[in-house]
Formats: sequence, C-alpha cells, structure tokens
Amino acid sequence: MTAFLQPRRIVLIAIGLALVLWCALSLNWTWLPDYLHLIPLAIWRTIWLTVVTMALGMMLAIPLGLAQAVGPAYLSIPARVYCSIIRGTPLLLQLWLLYYGLGSVFAQFPEIRQSVLWPILRQAWPYAVLALTLSVAGYEGEVMRGAFKGVPNGQLEAARAMGMPRFTIFWRIWLPQAVRRALPTIGGETVLQLKSTPLVATITVVDIYSLAKRVTQDTFIVYEPLLLLALVYMAIAGLIVLLFRWLELRVPSRVA
Amino acid sequence: MELLAWSPPGWGATLVAGLGNTILIALGAYALGLAIGVAGAFGKLYGGLITKDLLAVYTTLVRAVPELVLLLLITFAAKDAINSVLTANGFDPINFSGVAAGIIVLGVVQGAYSTEVLRGAILSVPAGQIEAARAMGMSPSLLARRITLPLMASAAVPGLANLWLTVTKDTALLAVIGFIELTKATSLAAGTTKSFLTFYLAAGVMYLALSLVSVFIFARIEKWARRGQRNATGGAM
Repeated sequence: MTAFLQPRRIVLIAIGLALVLWCALSLNWTWLPDYLHLIPLAIWRTIWLTVVTMALGMMLAIPLGLAQAVGPAYLSIPARVYCSIIRGTPLLLQLWLLYYGLGSVFAQFPEIRQSVLWPILRQAWPYAVLALTLSVAGYEGEVMRGAFKGVPNGQLEAARAMGMPRFTIFWRIWLPQAVRRALPTIGGETVLQLKSTPLVATITVVDIYSLAKRVTQDTFIVYEPLLLLALVYMAIAGLIVLLFRWLELRVPSRVA
Repeated sequence: MELLAWSPPGWGATLVAGLGNTILIALGAYALGLAIGVAGAFGKLYGGLITKDLLAVYTTLVRAVPELVLLLLITFAAKDAINSVLTANGFDPINFSGVAAGIIVLGVVQGAYSTEVLRGAILSVPAGQIEAARAMGMSPSLLARRITLPLMASAAVPGLANLWLTVTKDTALLAVIGFIELTKATSLAAGTTKSFLTFYLAAGVMYLALSLVSVFIFARIEKWARRGQRNATGGAM
C-alpha cells in the first residue's frame, strides 16, 4: 500500500476526485430523477446480454475449438472458415445482417408469420442474442483451439493408460485443463463482449446505452448521460475483472 | 444482382465509395494510433513518474469504456473544443465531421491499444542491447531509431496486425454516428431498395476480402521484420 500511495499519487487522486466533484456539482444532472427508475432495468439488460451470450458462445466455442485442434478435415475446415468470417467482418454488420436481412426474409413466409414462434421472432432481442453469441463463438473458438492444443500430451496419454473412456478423458482431463489455460483470455473477451453490447441499441433493444441516448434526445443534454454511461461500463468491467481474478485463484495452478 | 451494378439504379459505386472511406479512415486512424502508441510506450517505460501515471489512466479508461461511447464523447468534445477555439479567435465555427473527424476519434482509441502492444514489444528487446547502445554514447532518439524500434519490430508485428484488423472493423461504429463509410452506405442502399440480405452479404464479402488481404500483407511484413533472426533449431529462417 505504501508503494502505491506516494505523494504524487495522492495529488493525482485529489485532482481526479476534484474533477469528479466538479462534474457532480456544476454539470446539469436535473434530468437524473426523471430517469432513475429506468436505470436498474437497463443495466440489468446489459449484464444479462453479456452473461447469456458469453455462456451460449462458450458452448459453441468448445466444439469449434476442438474441431480445429484435433478434428478431421471435414470438421476443421468449416470451423476455421466460420471463425475467419466472424473475425473478418464487423459485429455491427453481422447484427444488421441478421436483424434486417434475416428478419425481412422471415417476414416473407406466411408459414413463419402464422407460427407460434412469430411473436418472438418479431422482437429485436432474439437477433441481438443470436448475433452476439455467434460473434463471440467465433473469437472464443480460436482461443479454445489454442487452449486444447496447449494441454500437455502426457496428461491425455496418462488418462488413456488408466483406461479412461474417451468422453471421460475429455470431461475430466482435457476440458478442465484447457479452460484453466484459457481463463485469463476468456476474462478479457468477457470485457470485450460487454463493450460490444451497446451495438444492440441500433436494433431497438433497450439497454443502458440506448437509455442514455434517449436522455440526450429528450433533453438535448449531451455530456452528462455519456459520462454516467462510461462510469457504469467501467464499474461493470471492473466487476468482471475481479470475478475472473477470483476464479483464477480458485482453480489451483502450480507456478514453476 | 443488378442492384449491385456499378451505375444507378445499381448501388455498386456507392458501396465501393463507402469501402474507400472505410480504408481511408482506418489507415489514418491506424497511423495516428501508432504515433500515439510509440510516444505512449516510450513514456510509460522511460517517462517521468507523473507521465507514467497519466498514461496508465489513459490506457485503462479507454480500454474499459465501449468504443461506441468513446466515439460519441470524443466527437462531441472535439467538435466543441475546435469550435470554441475558432470562435474565440474570430473565425466561423466549422462542421466537424467526415473523414478527418473519424480519423481523430478512432486514432485516440487505437492509441491506447497501440501503447500496450508497443510497450510489450519494447520490453522484449534484450536489455544488453540497449545498455550497449547507451554505453556507446548514443542519444536517446538515435537509440530508439537504430536499436529499440528495429529490434522490437518482430515482437510488435502480430499485435499490430490484430490492431489493424480491429480498426478496420471499428470504422463500422462510425455508421452509428452517421459517417458514410461501408456499413452506413450499405444500410442506405438496403433501406432504399428493401433488399437487405443482398447488400449486407455484399458488404460482408468486402470486409472479409479486406481482412484476408490484410492478413496476407501482415504475414509478409512479419517475415520481413524477422529477417536475420535465428529460429529455435539454430539455422537462419
């Protein structure tokens, strides 16, 4: 603690606090009480999108990574092509392609319009979840490929020598060690995923970003909502970093 | 397919112009980001104590806030700052938009990421090389040009290649603010003709082609940066 709190740092922190105080006191926050009741739900939507798409994306990424690491050519080539396409195009374009493109195609078929799924397909959030999931799966697929390859061969040979069935080897030995290796990268990717969620506001999903945009549109106040928004994202990002640090410490790893 | 034809009623020319804007903004922002990155990396490693702390604040803040929010903040802040300087000196306020604004906004964001990539690369230069150059009496700028920058290049290229791919995709975010680059041009074309799937797929192919060409070029650059290095078996590569 003494190494961190040197005189210059105290001065910098004081300047930072003074800036925050100045923002709190002299900027225009009169709009805040009117929108306060909307903020928790909007923050919850942002967190929900991050967590759900990360979880679904990881489920897709594990087979994608496995196919690229050890799969036969008819599995590894499609997986590699998929990852290249996702990583080579902007997420915003993928989102609009799915929402406007797929949405307009769905609307052309009366069978789909009359099906029980239509009330869901008519909304925006399924496309947001789908686009964010597919995108993160492409990035995580690459990460998991490296992680699966990074597990020492001796571990797998030992498991095979013990007579473990292939599925048990994967479930008990290979996957846990690969995930442990990839954990720091997955933590970083989760923050990146959080930072991609505001894009869903462009297809009318109401998250915390679109709430801030609404404040600007209603009141013509530009900076205050954006500054508060940045603060909210920094807080969530900080929480994610702490969560993954805790996870990494929980999973024992021997440092040679 | 005739919708993608070059001249109206086809939208081919609009899309290609959008792609041109995308590449132009990406190149400019990447160059600006690299300039900030080189300065930032040297500042973080060799700068004064306060410089180091301020740079840490810059890179942490930029990397923790979504690019879209940063783009909006920087766009408004830069617009207000430039226009208040202009009006204070008796000039008319300018319309801060278009390619230059996109370059400045994305460049400031890229600078934070470049700083971290280049800092890591500089750390990979063997300390003995830098100490030897200092012992020979090289000035800091000569040392940077002749020793540090060439030696760190091979370690920096993979990270910088990733950053280039990121910036080409981040230009799409400018569509939300209203710049006419590839994604915005596509959405205009798609909205007018109602053939959403055709245009978004076409734009996807263009972005993919850009990224594949970039990957190829960076592989060549990495080979050039690694020239003269020995690989693990001891032979020249």
